[in-house]
Amino acid sequence: MRGNAPGAHPYMANALPETKQAMLAEIGARSIEELFHQIPADHRFRGELKLPAAMRSEAELKRHLLGLLRRNRSCEENLSFLGAGCWQHHVPAIVDEIAGRSEFLTSVWGTSSSDHGRNQAWFEFTSQLAELVRMDFVGLPVYSWGCAAGHALRMASRLNGRREVLVPRATCPERLSVIRNYCEPEQMESHIKVTLVDYQPGNGRLDLADLKRKLGPDIAAVYIEVPGYLGTIESQGAEIARMARAAGAEMIVGVDPISLGVLAAPADYGADIVVGTTQTLGIHMFAGGGLGGFIASRDEDRYAREYPTLNVSITSSVKGEPAFGLSLLHQSSYGLRDKGKDWTGNSTYLWAIASAVYMSALGPAGFREVGELILAQSHFAAKRIASVPGLSVAWPGGFFKEFVVRFDGTGKSVAAINRALAAKGIFGGKDLSAEFPELGQSALYCVTEIHSAEDIERLVGALAEVVRP
Amino acid sequence: MTSNIKLPNYHGARWDEPVVMEMGVPGRRGAVFPAPAPAVAAAVGDAASLVPASMRRQDRPALPEMTEPDVLRHYLHLSQMVLGMMGISLFGTCTMKYNPRLNEWLQMRPELAELHPLQDESTMQGMLEIVHGLDLILRELSGMDQFVFQAAGGADAAYTQTCVTRGYFAARGELEQRNEIITTIQAHPCNPATAATAGFKVITLPLEENGYPSIEALKAALSPRTAALMTNNPDDMGIYNPQIREWVRLVHEAGGLAFYDHANFNGVMSKIRARDLGFDACMFMLHKTFGGAKGGGGPATGAYGCTAALAPFLPGPVVVKDGAGYRLDRNRPQSVGKVREFLGNLQVVLKAYSWCRAMGAEGIAEASDLSVLANNYMDKKLGQIRGLVRSHPKNTAHRMEMTRWGMGPLKEETGVNIFDVQNRMTDFGVDAFWLSHDPWVVPEPFTPEAGELWSKEDIDTWIAVIQRISDEAYSTPELVKNAPHKAAIAKLAPENLDDPAVWATTWRAYQRKRKGKAAA
Ligand SMILES: Cc1ncc(COP(=O)(O)O)c(C=O)c1O
Repeated sequence: MRGNAPGAHPYMANALPETKQAMLAEIGARSIEELFHQIPADHRFRGELKLPAAMRSEAELKRHLLGLLRRNRSCEENLSFLGAGCWQHHVPAIVDEIAGRSEFLTSVWGTSSSDHGRNQAWFEFTSQLAELVRMDFVGLPVYSWGCAAGHALRMASRLNGRREVLVPRATCPERLSVIRNYCEPEQMESHIKVTLVDYQPGNGRLDLADLKRKLGPDIAAVYIEVPGYLGTIESQGAEIARMARAAGAEMIVGVDPISLGVLAAPADYGADIVVGTTQTLGIHMFAGGGLGGFIASRDEDRYAREYPTLNVSITSSVKGEPAFGLSLLHQSSYGLRDKGKDWTGNSTYLWAIASAVYMSALGPAGFREVGELILAQSHFAAKRIASVPGLSVAWPGGFFKEFVVRFDGTGKSVAAINRALAAKGIFGGKDLSAEFPELGQSALYCVTEIHSAEDIERLVGALAEVVRP
Repeated sequence: MTSNIKLPNYHGARWDEPVVMEMGVPGRRGAVFPAPAPAVAAAVGDAASLVPASMRRQDRPALPEMTEPDVLRHYLHLSQMVLGMMGISLFGTCTMKYNPRLNEWLQMRPELAELHPLQDESTMQGMLEIVHGLDLILRELSGMDQFVFQAAGGADAAYTQTCVTRGYFAARGELEQRNEIITTIQAHPCNPATAATAGFKVITLPLEENGYPSIEALKAALSPRTAALMTNNPDDMGIYNPQIREWVRLVHEAGGLAFYDHANFNGVMSKIRARDLGFDACMFMLHKTFGGAKGGGGPATGAYGCTAALAPFLPGPVVVKDGAGYRLDRNRPQSVGKVREFLGNLQVVLKAYSWCRAMGAEGIAEASDLSVLANNYMDKKLGQIRGLVRSHPKNTAHRMEMTRWGMGPLKEETGVNIFDVQNRMTDFGVDAFWLSHDPWVVPEPFTPEAGELWSKEDIDTWIAVIQRISDEAYSTPELVKNAPHKAAIAKLAPENLDDPAVWATTWRAYQRKRKGKAAA
């Protein structure tokens, strides 16, 4: 047989017949089939699996997969202005080098000594993030910003026993859908009601009159985002926190941490719990696969004891070396199963290491620079776009990297405009028309440090052309 | 048993690497960004002034200030102090496999790394074809009708099951009535935990002598309140519940759904199919069985598949093939919405698809064969080592792809516990083994799993290491209790990290608590 068989499979050492025989002999079994005798005969699948033929050769497999990937059109070869929950930022090359190291990539659960370096990298992730948000307790990452917000709202509800939370109406619909699932449908006894708070039509910020109406003794938490989904920088954070505190509710703030070199740290305007994305800290978009989230708070017993995450703490070895161990493991689902705090599992830990490298590379000056560059370019883009006849920007000041462009004056739909832009190699902003009908035909444009002034002029030129009557 | 195998004379790297927060020199830079172009600056003025005054950052975040090469070297040093499967890792319940470097290379291609999830479908045809291709492969392996990849881990797929369960019974007006989920004490903790988080009451069945719960216990738990059964099979003791078909039948009879946590799929791939056993849904771990890298804990994917009856409730959108192309079906009025934003960790989906294409049906069947062969080979050899017992000793059947063992006798006779053994293993460049989830049903438990990756020689070396440690426990127990001796650092000091005065999950907290310095 072997003469004609394709080469032995490169991933499987024991596939050689003589190896199998030697192992069977040691076991004292006649055949491999015999080893499966725990499975009753009528459970067994006896058909033939109809799967595509194997490609054992890496060269062949690579050709096939590259062929498929080449059918994608990336944001690298096109000019993209998409954001809305996943953002294109510059990823320093050293971040990719470290995140790709086999030692980090293939690690699982070792001991604190054998995996010391990785545990330290995790601690450096939480420690650096802690400086950006100015909070003393940070857990290891969760799946995404939406998942982090969901967990945080549940934490708040457990803390004060209340069962309603206030969330901005201008929240990313993807994130809001995740939050609603975490808060459970109303048929469940432990359901947490999600009530939306309006934004002010004039500036996109939270409508404090509406907040006041909805705040009361049943509210577990007030959740806001800075910057908000529609790009605006919520400037009433301190007042919202004061109102939340007066009503006995927790104040939860969602942030995009790449903004924190230029925007105030959430602790400074009264956040009790901070959540957000980690994707903007050095992670590629991967069609959404780059998402990650975090939860942070003051280092107080009452908050710490509600974390669903794994938590890494600095400690020391028996020889006095700095070392890292898990803290508060028992309260997790690994410790308490259904009595644990929500649940935990494999998450986005490799990205935590990538983000640690990113934060070390940027340092305080890098965060300020990237923040200022984004602010300047996004405002420049907004100005230039607003100069195109028929186009306007909903709230032309007070945003970070995203802003709402309104197309009602063109008589064309965003869908049609985006199609025309795509033909010119430009991915226009996310269509908001269905999600926020009150904004008319509108789109959320995202401008970051990866864009150049020429890119922005190219967009403006293309927009002018495609909206021309 | 004495072995003539030469043990690795390993020594881990020791860099005495400071915490990054202590590194750097004010003024050094690791990444710089250009100033805004003159035209930009002229149009918008001072960038800082674009932030409302009340929201401007006043302080400088206390991050390290380092050059680019210094950052690189620091993290390279840390990477070298991670054993992370560089030697031999038979880490049970996690199915340690080769993670082909080709797939890592492919994920970094701009056609994936620089893809935005909201791009028009026409610009993502290759990626959507991969998603659909893996969907079809998993359907064939399970008999299910539709897979989605939104869940960002195995536990998240269990959570997806609880959401789908809610959606399904809500549509039938039965959700208030059906508020209980049944699981077993040997089911992975994520099953009871996600069920509870989703708002269900959890009933946990205990094990009987054979290593699985009795049919009578299941019958007693079933009622008109039953929403679902969530269980894995084989469990991570390597025991296959031969009554599982009957279990599913009984659950259906009571009106509930049956979810198969197929995380332990490696030993049974191609041998059984979840749908054939009657299950309504199942999940596969792409970061485990399907060759995705673990990354120390993700990014991961729990591929969730179900029958056509449950498919309308799946989190959306769902990738469908339409004529010549692929599109995202967003028009799913009964969908439970999102369990996580966007379509999931698609780079992990790519890796799993690539793995399946590299293996083919024959390779997948072979991998299942080899993983069960390797485990039983290992079982045989472990049985010859002093101080070890196999879980449920009365159940003498060949186990599946892993076996739960215990070192209870070794501990009683020598005082060496299972954590000491873990530490000592790493002195040989061998990763510590997985112990067991809580609660421990076997004293001093450990759970090795060789899968199809590790060669007979690797397994022999691994066994020789365990043999050596057992010998040491009986002859020089202090050597084991004080291990490791050759790792990056010594073992942890016995500090109570659950004490608020002690724990410090950030450098800020550490400064405040331990160094007596107020946080900035
Ligand atoms: C049987 C079983 N189910 C579920 C899980 C949870 O998977 P994850 O850690 O990816 O959330 C695991 C983890 O290995 C498992 O072994």
